[in-house]
Amino acid sequence: MIDPAPFYMIVIVAALMVGAYRMVHGRAARMVAEFRTETTLPDAQPRHHARLAAALVGLAGVAIYLIGLAARGGDPTLAEDAVWLAAIVLGPAAVTGLCLANVRPDFAARARVEYMAETGLMALALVALLTTVGIVGSLVFEASLFFRNVSVLDFLFGTHWSPQTPIRAGQAGQSGAFGAVPVFAGTFLVTLIAMVVAAPVGLMVAIYLSEYASSRTRAVAKPAIEVLAGIPSVVYGFFALISVGPLIRDAADWLGFGVSAQSALAVGLVMGVMIIPLVSSLSDDVIRAVPQSLRNSSTALGATRSETLKRVVFRSALPGIIGAFLLAISRAIGETMIVVMAASRAATLTGNPFDAVTTVTVQIVALLTGDQVFDSPRTLAAFALGLVLFVITLLLNIGALAVVNRYRVRFE
Amino acid sequence: MTDAPHEKASIASLAMTRRMHRRRAAETRFRLYGRASVIFSMAALGWLLLSIAATGLSAFTQHWVDLDLDVRAESATDNDRRRLADALAGGFGVQADDAVRQELLALVSASAATDALARNAERSGATLRLTVPVSDQADQYYKGRVDASRPAAQRRLTDRQIAWLDRWADEEQVERRFNRGLFVNPDSRDPERAGLASAILGSVMIVLIAGALALPVGIGAAIYLDGFAPQTGWGGRLTRALEVNINNLAAVPAIVFGLLGLAVFINVFGLARSIPLVGGLVLALRMFPTIVIASRAALRAVPDSLTDSALSLGASRMQAVFNHKVPIAAPAMLTGSIIGMAQALGETAPLLMIGMVAFVTAVPESPLDPATALPVQIFLWSGSAEAAWAERASAAIIVLLAVLMVINGVAIVLRERLQRRRSL
Repeated sequence: MIDPAPFYMIVIVAALMVGAYRMVHGRAARMVAEFRTETTLPDAQPRHHARLAAALVGLAGVAIYLIGLAARGGDPTLAEDAVWLAAIVLGPAAVTGLCLANVRPDFAARARVEYMAETGLMALALVALLTTVGIVGSLVFEASLFFRNVSVLDFLFGTHWSPQTPIRAGQAGQSGAFGAVPVFAGTFLVTLIAMVVAAPVGLMVAIYLSEYASSRTRAVAKPAIEVLAGIPSVVYGFFALISVGPLIRDAADWLGFGVSAQSALAVGLVMGVMIIPLVSSLSDDVIRAVPQSLRNSSTALGATRSETLKRVVFRSALPGIIGAFLLAISRAIGETMIVVMAASRAATLTGNPFDAVTTVTVQIVALLTGDQVFDSPRTLAAFALGLVLFVITLLLNIGALAVVNRYRVRFE
Repeated sequence: MTDAPHEKASIASLAMTRRMHRRRAAETRFRLYGRASVIFSMAALGWLLLSIAATGLSAFTQHWVDLDLDVRAESATDNDRRRLADALAGGFGVQADDAVRQELLALVSASAATDALARNAERSGATLRLTVPVSDQADQYYKGRVDASRPAAQRRLTDRQIAWLDRWADEEQVERRFNRGLFVNPDSRDPERAGLASAILGSVMIVLIAGALALPVGIGAAIYLDGFAPQTGWGGRLTRALEVNINNLAAVPAIVFGLLGLAVFINVFGLARSIPLVGGLVLALRMFPTIVIASRAALRAVPDSLTDSALSLGASRMQAVFNHKVPIAAPAMLTGSIIGMAQALGETAPLLMIGMVAFVTAVPESPLDPATALPVQIFLWSGSAEAAWAERASAAIIVLLAVLMVINGVAIVLRERLQRRRSL
């Protein structure tokens, strides 16, 4: 089961750190007591020395452990293990000794501790960079493996998508086709429907709640919208699957034409509802940022409230609202669970919202769940799709950010 | 001619009145659109919650049947299913043939009943009293979800089965109980025995691991960016690039983090699929930008005068930030972090990528055992067409939403309390 060694290491290193802290603190405190008559503010000094010692001991212990882990390989002998264990105890002990020797009034322990802490914090901030590098690296690497088998042009502009690869070599009829246009078209259609719902409704919700609603309405509606934002997407997916999809199918049956329960319309509608809170909260921010003086001027010229909102507030907030829409589109494109649960897996190239379509995220999930031979074109195709998804959402985000920033400059 | 000016004025006022009418109508219309939008959103929320409550609430109870089984020792077979079917047939006084046996076995949770039979194997010969859950079909029937008036071909229970079920009900052998199994059982192939134990435990482990990693790192990164990062020169450019990077990372689709986890943690580091450790790592990366952004907002809200006065009294930057700024921003940072963890609890797509869709019938004992998570379990159960699975999935959603509500409530209460105490 779990290898217990790391836990023992943590305990040993922690014990060494505590020991170093106590020893250095004791020595520094005695020294402070000697110097007490001469200096005025020495009381914090032992703590800084002790913290420095503990930090250095911890670093040394972890470093030796990691080096040992790398050096001793998979199958170490008992003697080797004993040597490394001794190193983990003796190395920090040596560091402690060094620290004890350096407990002097003129040794700037605090500056050193703070330098170490700041470096540590910087390392934490760099995790963000590391994550991005990891995402880009893994997507580009796996996608490049995919594009060795399938040309980029075929992938981006091919109109036939059926990623069944042959199970046996030389099997007929299952060569696998990776033309992603139907997948992109389906994603576009679903996103379009979602935005047709979310853009006007979200915007009007924001305007109505901030400009018109009574405080009582606001007290009910605002939390409701927030609840809408807090519901996990898997719940929306279930809702689309068991309520909205069948309802649209039954309604269409009643009107006399057949519609799949997995129609793009049902999926897009539910996705639109999910995105309403995002649109409304982002637009609320930008509408609030429009200076009151603009509204006042408009009102002073005799404009009604809606005229002010439409012709002054909306127009000056337009860049921010466009930015909000771009972010909403990026969210809709990347949304996974609703479409995985309620949209089709078969790729059909169609613009009809009553047809079942598939999306990029559905295909990624379909390709990566099920049979699990890595490095087959089938699984690698998922990374190619993921790369496209990442690039598109990144461009949308950067675009949104650029628009919003330009707009912010105008008013500040 | 004295009327002329008056006439003129009245013509003008007529045009003006028309214009005002139009403008007021536009105003009313605009207001109506706004109201309609709010009503639409709230109606959507209401419909969603109601439809889930309507399908899911009934899953918190389950029907159990008391059976007095005459399990004969001399029964020609060791097959528990067959013995059970024969005993059931005896109870109803019908002749057992293969078709009858099959229909009878479909009435009770056959696996639960045969397990009970096997446990009581040595007691065969006597009348055995068993209390077992009825099958999912029978449960749906007792809950009124099977329309007996429809033609038999359109329902999953035959006329004969419905007659038997009615007889159990008439003889008061059936009892509706709280469905404890929903919380203590792991997943199962039989809806009436499937529970959320493995999923709940898996989710707890995933969120704890993700929180333990993402909270310190995210808060530390936010403190660095807010208090220590260089603002000018090349360092300043790097800082701004890092901030743009974090904002973009927050908007990267969740599924991409799943792909990252698959490529790095599973393929490069060689960790196993379906284990909470990998799920926690992936969700930690996913939570990280959210926590940084929330914590930065909290830190930015602290007035600069506070750190400035500390600095002017001779504190180092580290002391000014950690002793004066962070404690005041802490409640808001905590709230943001808790809300980030609530989001992680509902996250599904990245977990699908790292293989947490496996069918797991064991309760995980450590973060290295295969497990599922609550949202993934919802996804898995919703994939089956039968009504009983939809009922279970809805129940799981109710559990998930209840937990999320509690977490968010705790976050809000904590913020209110701590802020009151820490207020300047």
